[in-house]
Amino acid sequence: MSEILLEVRNFQVTLDGSPIVSDLTFKVEEGEFLTILGPNGSGKTVLVKALLGLLPHSGDVIWHRKPRIGYLPQGLNQMLVRDLPLTVKDFYALKKLKRAEALSFLASVGLKDDVLNMRAGYLSGGEFQRMLVAWVLASRPNVLFLDEPTTAVDIAGGETIYSLLREAWRAQKLTVFNVTHDLSIVFAHSTHVLCLSRFGRRCYGAPREVLTPAVLSEIYGAEIKFYTH
Amino acid sequence: MTIQLLFSLITGIFIAGSAAYLGTLMLSKKMAVVAGPLGHLALPGAALALIYGFSISLGAFPFVVAGILLIWLLEIRTKLPMEALTAIVFAAGVATAFLFLPLDRAEAALVGDISKVGVDATVASVILCGLVLIVVHRCYPAIMLMSIHEDLAKTEGINVKLYNLIYLSAIAIIVALGVDLVGGLMTAALVAIPAAAARNISRTIVQYGFASGAIGVISAIIGILISNYSSLPAGPLVILTSSTIFLVTVPLAKP
Repeated sequence: MSEILLEVRNFQVTLDGSPIVSDLTFKVEEGEFLTILGPNGSGKTVLVKALLGLLPHSGDVIWHRKPRIGYLPQGLNQMLVRDLPLTVKDFYALKKLKRAEALSFLASVGLKDDVLNMRAGYLSGGEFQRMLVAWVLASRPNVLFLDEPTTAVDIAGGETIYSLLREAWRAQKLTVFNVTHDLSIVFAHSTHVLCLSRFGRRCYGAPREVLTPAVLSEIYGAEIKFYTH
Repeated sequence: MTIQLLFSLITGIFIAGSAAYLGTLMLSKKMAVVAGPLGHLALPGAALALIYGFSISLGAFPFVVAGILLIWLLEIRTKLPMEALTAIVFAAGVATAFLFLPLDRAEAALVGDISKVGVDATVASVILCGLVLIVVHRCYPAIMLMSIHEDLAKTEGINVKLYNLIYLSAIAIIVALGVDLVGGLMTAALVAIPAAAARNISRTIVQYGFASGAIGVISAIIGILISNYSSLPAGPLVILTSSTIFLVTVPLAKP
């Protein structure tokens, strides 16, 4: 049986006087692939940022083992670095990684050697995201926070990213916190789901147990049809 | 070559080279124009220096440092963009300066005068610029990552507040020294133009930093030499040289 890695108790985040996340309590075991699910505006990104210490919060966040955290933030795509003379090699040098190490991590996400000398801003959305996954994994984290990691990627590219992440999760025994509003991701990849809604409805547990049509309707505020196979 | 010209060249090369290198980070953080208002912020200090007869850079330095500390604290407190805060703080600097600046002797404060720089000022400029170059070079990866995505930098263990303070201190030193070379009106050009020209012709970060520094140094040498053989002030000539180099690089830019 896995040990508890993170305990969150009576967690609350208030921004500009408005409660975004309130009175949230949950536990995460080592090795979980936890998806934080919810519609836009339900506080998924705010929760992740607050857990990472990027936003102020109240309540308890107890890490039972010191985490080495890797983070793939929302909205970091190739367009953000497009106007910088920054090659992929330069991007890896920001982490003081040597060429051979960078090549090995790039190979692990299916990118070839010649990507190293390409401008990061000129990679395709999928290539940039894979490059970023490898970059984050290069710090050898044991806890990975992913915030909508496939937003700027097409469906096939998104599947590739999740396959890579799932492979890394298995091989490196990571604990993953993954933010998405995509239900198919939850059923395909997650061991657990934490759902948030704008209306205060919460759920936590194994996806197939807790994500019933009734719960989904309460979370999304509308009738949701989803077929799992 | 006279010893005076040698002092001017050494001082100009170090100030322009380190300003241009720092400028590559400022351009990446979309803060290149901030050096302009900070140069204006130096004007009250320059006014005091002119009234009491000491080095303009020495007078400018405490005012730029005070202004930068104020901007740093306001940024933490208000989360307003740094360029907006700089604009707010610099207006106070300019207003204060024009209450005291002796306008009949203001040329050195406004457009710089490096032609009479002494041995002490030359040595001080070399040491301070060397320090800035070393510190900026060591902090470059962290500050570049912060400019790409601040939250990512924080989760990678980078102390963003500390690096912002180091970065702003480097800007303060360069702006205060830059007032000697190009005056309080044109310090933005000292950091922005070489970096912009370098970006037009660079593919990698190393090329970017090196090309910017080189363009800064070349501009300083050409500007100071033309000034020496004409009656024109060096500051505007340095800026016009780098502007010309920028124009030459425009056809090579990859949008």
